Parts: sequence; structure tokens; C-alpha cells
Amino acid sequence: MAKISYERPVITKLNTGTMNKFGTRTEFAPVTHIDGVSVKKLIADYGSPCFVISERTIRNTYRNAVRAFKTRYPKVQFAWSYKTNYLNAVCNVFHQEGSWAEVVSIFEYEKALRNGVAGEKIIFNGPDKSEEDLIKAVENNSLIHIDHSDELYMLVEVLGKIKKKARVAIRVNMDTGVYPMWDRFGFNYENGTAWATINKIFAHPELELVGLHCHIGTYMLTAHAYSVATSKLCDLAINVKYRYGKNIEYLDLGGGFASANTLKGSYLQGGDIIPTMDDYAEAITSTILNYGFKMDELPTLFLETGRALIDDAGYLLGSVIAIKRLSDGRRATIMDFGVNLLFTSFWYNHRISPAQEISSQTEDMVLYGPLCMNIDVVRESINLPLLNKGDQVVVHRVGAYNMTQWMQFIQMRPRIVMIGMDGTPHVIREKESLDTMLRYERLPEHLEKIG
Amino acid sequence: MRTEVRTTANMNINKNIAISETGFVFNPLTGDSFNTNRVGQEILRQLQKGASIDDLYKHLTDTFSVDKATAEKDLADFFMVLKSYQILIEV
Repeated sequence: MAKISYERPVITKLNTGTMNKFGTRTEFAPVTHIDGVSVKKLIADYGSPCFVISERTIRNTYRNAVRAFKTRYPKVQFAWSYKTNYLNAVCNVFHQEGSWAEVVSIFEYEKALRNGVAGEKIIFNGPDKSEEDLIKAVENNSLIHIDHSDELYMLVEVLGKIKKKARVAIRVNMDTGVYPMWDRFGFNYENGTAWATINKIFAHPELELVGLHCHIGTYMLTAHAYSVATSKLCDLAINVKYRYGKNIEYLDLGGGFASANTLKGSYLQGGDIIPTMDDYAEAITSTILNYGFKMDELPTLFLETGRALIDDAGYLLGSVIAIKRLSDGRRATIMDFGVNLLFTSFWYNHRISPAQEISSQTEDMVLYGPLCMNIDVVRESINLPLLNKGDQVVVHRVGAYNMTQWMQFIQMRPRIVMIGMDGTPHVIREKESLDTMLRYERLPEHLEKIG
Repeated sequence: MRTEVRTTANMNINKNIAISETGFVFNPLTGDSFNTNRVGQEILRQLQKGASIDDLYKHLTDTFSVDKATAEKDLADFFMVLKSYQILIEV
């Protein structure tokens, strides 16, 4: 007689109390396929852990964002935020869709050039631009977004040396009613520094002020803050027109749109509280349209949103290394991925699904990573179906920042696979090896022998 | 009247524990209610019948698709939880 399928014995104490107003949770359905490709096969072919990116989701998310803005405003240009995910394959999906590049370092700048982005379609942001970086950007006719006065003076000096002109914008920081205020980047609006800097720029004919930029924060939970920000940029643009007779070509509202991930400490799920792309679009575009620009002088709207365009497309596949019980009785599950790969688990409660058929039993547990250090906690408390050694899981919405902020600590970083539009998986970043690490080490001759 | 069944060298199960067919468990000693899965029910029923640890291993490996090492590890963990719920009582 065939034996009955085994499941680890579990007993859960039933507590009476106030009923959960959201009812019974139903999110434990296993996720066995991503874009039609079996998770089990992906792990068998590419190893565990392994990042998976859906090209289809990237394109759909991007097109939805473009639709939200372009149906409301005639001149819109997205620029892909390289720092959010600068894998070439990911960047090129956005570039194929029509996105320019938004970079914050010379590393990202050169990556964009190598990806084939024309120099004049690169927005160079960030506080760290060297003299050489600025020369390269000027020669490529890129848009230089000035972050501080020292950069402005250095750029003026550089232009004097190379006898060229530069197309510039300034980054403006401001009070939008969301705190803490991001005032470490750019020039402040309220205290007049931004306007004073604009006047300095107009005093230098080698500088052409073509745009105004702001980036008011990250994971913004209110679209209204963008109305305030847009209004302040419009005010500067109108004043430039009034005083200098020049039309500002573009307003760059930066990024900061939230993804549907759930922030730690949030009572409600992320997807239930974030504004939609249409909410953000309505707040920004209606402010510009109502501000008083002549229709033929409307500035182009630039957007550099990263997180909201890529988070949903990224998955992390992993496996259970071990299960154990802690001294206080809590269940602990050790996964083969930790904060080394899932940097965003420091601020998100990532949704995690089993990748195989499960029973209806669930248990509360702590989810640890494999690192031999105490901070390696993926979820402090999560209710999941019974997991056993070797079981596989899918972590959702990991497309933003994890593949750029990940750490090479005691382990090699895993493969990244992109599932193409036709459902074919492609390796877009190889697994690292010991040789990858040793390539950059140098051993002094006297330390070559240890015995 | 004796209300415990000796299960291991140093642990007894409260024999008045009520187990329903759907896995609902009631401990009259504490008034607590629990929910347990199929394997959990099987273990509790065997313990009530006075099964020894070795009997339990054999029963689990004969009935379910599990090897002895896994059964041993899971049982040790399950006993610890049963003890914390006063379903198993140390003597």
C-alpha cells in the first residue's frame, strides 16, 4: 500500500480575540511559474539562489507609466534611473522603449554610453563629478545637473579651459510638506539659494540653463507633494522667463514614486496605500498645465522614476537550508539568501511565496539568511506554510536596488536571469567565482608562502 | 485515578486530551484549544495508546513517506512544543 505523504507535525494554539478585519489570509498560493517558466526548472538550471527578471513586466509597467503621463501632457520624456538597476539588459529594455539615461556617477555615465545611449540623451546627476567627468559630459553634449556651488565653479573653470558651452540644469530642494526634507542635494528654493544660483548661471554665457530638476524623496506616499514640487519649479521657470526672456526647456521631477512593496512598520499592505501612477501623473501635469505657460512654451516633463518601474519585474528564488527552533519557542527558517542579496529587506517586509504545493497549515517564523552574522534577518516575523529543508521560495518585488546594492560578503553573488518576451530565460549576469574575487587581490612576495 | 499515559522515559501525555477527526485538540488541564495536522494527530493518538519512542518512529515510517532521520528530528521538535503547551508533562 502506498504511504501517505508526509508533512512535519505541527500544532498551533488557537487564540480567541478580536477577529482580523481583513479576514483569513489567502496569499499562500504557491508560485510555481514566472512568465510561464517553472521555478523548479529555473533553480535546477541556474542554481539557488538566483535572481529572475521578467522583461514582459518591465515593458508593461513602463508602458503604463508612459500612458499615465502622455495622455495628460503633450511633452514627456522618461530617463532610466541607472542606480536602481544598471544591468545592461535591464537598461536596454528601457532604452528600447524610448527611455533616456539618468546617471549619478561616471561609472554609470560610461555604462550608458557603452549601451549606445547618445551623449545628449544622458542626464548627469549627483554630487560627485570630477573635472574629467565634467569635460566628458560637456564634450558629449550631455545635460549636467549641478548639485552644489563647488560644482558650478568647477564647471565654469573647465569650460574656460576647453572653450566650450554646457547645457545645464540645477537641482532644487524644497519643502513639499514631507519630512524629513531632502535638502542635502541641490540648492534650496525657500531660502533663495536656487534663484541666486540661477542668476549666477545667467552671468556666465558659457552656461546655458535648459532645465530645472528636483527629486523630493523616495517611496512618496502622497502625490500631493509632487504638486507642491512642480509648482515651485514652475515658479522658478516663469521667473526665468520674466527676468531673462528665456524659456526653460524642461522640468525634471526626478523619481521617488512608490512600488507596491510593504514598508516595515506599515499596518496596511503597500499595494493598498501607495498612489497609482495616474495619481502622480495627475498631480504633476495638472500643476504645469494650470500654471500659466503659453501652450507653445510648455516645458518638456522629464521623469527619472526607477523603483516603481522595475520592482515588480524582479524575483529572487531561493531554498530552505534548515529549520530550527529558537530558545523562546519561535520557529526559525534559514534560507540560502540573506541581506547580502536582499538589501531592501532592511526596510521592506517582502512578500514571500512557497514554490511548491503546500498544505493548509501555516506557522509563524523568523526568516534568516545564510550569513554568519546576527543582522542577517530577511523577515523578523512571517506566517508561511510549513517549510522543509530543500523547499523553494519566491521573493517578490526585488527588482529595484537589490542588484546594485548587493554585498559580496563571504559568498559569491548568484546568476541573474531575464525571461524574455517569448518565455526564453537568458543569463544576463553570470554567477561570481573565487577567481572573480581573486582577480583584484595582490599578494606581496614575502607573504606568498605560509609554511 | 491516573490521568497520564507514560510515553517516554521521562514524559507522560495527558490522556484526557481530546482529538477530533479534523485535528482540533482540547487540553482539559489548561482549557487551551489547538489545531494540528494529520501527522500531529497520528502522533498524539499513538502517545495516548502508550506508544514508546521506538514504536512511534516505526509507526511514522511505516505509515508516511518519511525516513527515520527526518522523523527523529521532527519528533524531537514536536515534543518540545507539546511540552510547552502542557500536553506532554515531564515527570
